[in-house]
Amino acid sequence: MTGTSLVVTDLCVEFSGFVAVGGVSFDAHPGEVRFLIGPNGAGKTTCIDAITGLVKGTGSAKLGEKELLGRQVHRIVRLGVGRTFQTASVFDELTVLQNLDIAAGRHRSSTSLLRSRRGTDPSIELALEETGLTGELATPAGILSHGQKQWLEIAMLLVQDAKVLLLDEPVAGMSQDERTATGELLQRIAAKRIVVVVEHDMDFMRRYATRVTVLHQGRVLSQGTVAEVQADPRVQEVYLGTADAMTEG
Amino acid sequence: MTKPWISLSGIGAFAVLLLGVAPFVLTDHWLNNLGKYCCWAIAAVGIGLAWGRGGMLVMGQGVFFALGAYSMAMHLTLETAGDRIPGFMVLYDPLAPLPAFWEPFRSAGFTLLAIVVLPVVLAGVLGYALFKRRVKGAYFAILTQALAVALAILISSTIRETGGDTGLSDFKYFFGYVLNDPANKLMVYLIAAGLLVVCLLAVWQLYRSRFGELLVATRDAEERVRFLGYDPANVKLVAFVVSALMASIGGAMFVPIVGIITPAEIGAAASIMMIAGVAFGGRASLFGPALGAMAVGWGQSSLGSTWPEGWTYILGLLFVVVILFLPNGLSSLPARIAAARRKPDPQPTPAAPAAAVLEEVRS
Repeated sequence: MTGTSLVVTDLCVEFSGFVAVGGVSFDAHPGEVRFLIGPNGAGKTTCIDAITGLVKGTGSAKLGEKELLGRQVHRIVRLGVGRTFQTASVFDELTVLQNLDIAAGRHRSSTSLLRSRRGTDPSIELALEETGLTGELATPAGILSHGQKQWLEIAMLLVQDAKVLLLDEPVAGMSQDERTATGELLQRIAAKRIVVVVEHDMDFMRRYATRVTVLHQGRVLSQGTVAEVQADPRVQEVYLGTADAMTEG
Repeated sequence: MTKPWISLSGIGAFAVLLLGVAPFVLTDHWLNNLGKYCCWAIAAVGIGLAWGRGGMLVMGQGVFFALGAYSMAMHLTLETAGDRIPGFMVLYDPLAPLPAFWEPFRSAGFTLLAIVVLPVVLAGVLGYALFKRRVKGAYFAILTQALAVALAILISSTIRETGGDTGLSDFKYFFGYVLNDPANKLMVYLIAAGLLVVCLLAVWQLYRSRFGELLVATRDAEERVRFLGYDPANVKLVAFVVSALMASIGGAMFVPIVGIITPAEIGAAASIMMIAGVAFGGRASLFGPALGAMAVGWGQSSLGSTWPEGWTYILGLLFVVVILFLPNGLSSLPARIAAARRKPDPQPTPAAPAAAVLEEVRS
C-alpha cells in the first residue's frame, strides 16, 4: 500500500508523577486493522489521547513526516487524524445529515457557513452508504440506537476525510450482528486508511485484527499477529492474572 | 430545516403587529412603553443566540447595553447642551472643561459608529481571552456578571464625567429632531421596533445556516467539535460578539425612548432581568427571548407600578415555575401539549440500547 504511516516512538504520558504510558512504540499502516489491547488501566486510551493532543505526551508520534505531539487538537485533526470516544459523542439534537455536514465542513469558507445547506455533499452520501445509515438521514442523532451512533461517528470520520482513524472501543455495548457489521466496515475502511482500534473484546479482536499491540501498565508487552500474541506466555499471564476476558470472549 | 417559511411568516406577522397595528391602537404612553420593551427584546434576541444556542450564560449583557446607551446619551446630552458644557457637569465643577472622551461624541457619525464598534471590540477581546483559555460554565457567567457590577460602580463613582447614579437625562433633540414632538416619538419607536425585526431576521438566518448548526454542536459537545477540526473558541466568539452588538443597539435605542439612562439600568440586577425574560420565553427558540423580554417588561410597568411589592414575588414565582416545569420556556409549551396528546408509545427510544445491554450481559 502507498500512503503515509503512523509511527509512534517512545510515547510517554505522565499525570503529576503517575506514569500512565511509559515508552510505547508502535506503527500502523494503511491496509491493516491495528488493534491496541490490554487490561484496564494499561494506557490504551491514554495513548490515543496523547496522539490526538488531548493530553500532553513526550516522545514522538509522526504521521508521514509531520510530528503530531505538541500541536493543538484541532490542528492535529486538520492533518488528517480523526478519533471516536468510548461513549458515542454525536450531536444529539442535530439530525444525522447535520452531524455529517458539520464533520465535512472544515474545508468550507467562513462565508459559506452563513448560508443554509442546499443538497447533500457527495462525500456524505458515500459515507452514509458505507455505514448503512442512508435511511436515517433526517433522524435526530439522539434517538439512534447505540450501534448506529457508533457508525455515525465512523461516518463522520469518513466525510472528514481522516487519514488516520483512532477508534476507542467501537463495539462496546453492541449486539453480535452489529459487531460483525462493524468489523466488516472497519476492514473495508482500512483498505485506504490507517485504522487503529482500542478494544477489550477479545473475540472481536481475533476476528478482525491484522496486527495487535498488547499494552500492560503503560508498556508494550507483546506485538505481532493475533496468533503470535496469543501464543506469548507473558500475555496469557497478564490476562489470567487480571481478568478472564481472554478465555471467555 | 423543514419549516423556514413558518418562522419567516411569523417574523412578518410580528413586524406587521409592531410597525403597522400598534401605532394606531395604542396610546402614546403605551406605545412608548412598547418601544422600551422592544429595546430589551433586542438585547434578549442576542442573549438567546449566545445562551440558548451557544450555551454561554451571558450574565453581564448590561455592559454592552451600557456601551450603546451611554454613547447615545452622551451624544444627545451634547446636542441638548449645544456649545455649552452639560448642566450637571457645571453643577459639580463650573470651571473644568468637557472630559476629553466626551468630545468625539459631538459627531453623530462617530456616535453611531461607536454604538456598533465599541461592543464588537470589547466582546471580541474579552471573548478571545476567555474562550481560548476555555473559560466556560459558571466561571464565564460569574465573570460577565462581575463586569456588569464593576461598570455600574465605575459610572456611579464618576459623577462629573458620567452623571453618576442620577444618570444622563433631559434630552431635547434626537439627531436634530425635537424629542417632545409626538411625530418624532413615533419615529423613534418605529426605529426601535424595526431594529428588533431586523435582529430577529438576522438570528433566523444564523439559526438555519451551517453556522447555527455548528453553534448548537459546540454547545452540546464542544470537545467533539474540536475533534472535527474546528476551533470552538472561534464559533463561540462570533455568537458572543453578535449578542454584544445587539445589546448595544438595544441600549442605544433605550435612551431616546425612555429619556434617561442610569447605572441601575445596566448593573447586575438589570442584566439578570434581561436573562429572566429570555429564560421565561424560551432561550433556544426564535421568538421566545424577544417575547419573554417584552412580557417581563410589560409586567414590570403594569404590575410593577400598581403593586410594586407584589410584582417581585410574582416574577420570582413565575421564574421558579417555568424553570421547574418548562425548562425550555413558554415557547416549548405547544410542543409539550402536542406530545401529551400523543400519549400512546410512552418511551420509543430506549428499546435498541436495552437490547444491546441485554446482549452484553449474555455474552
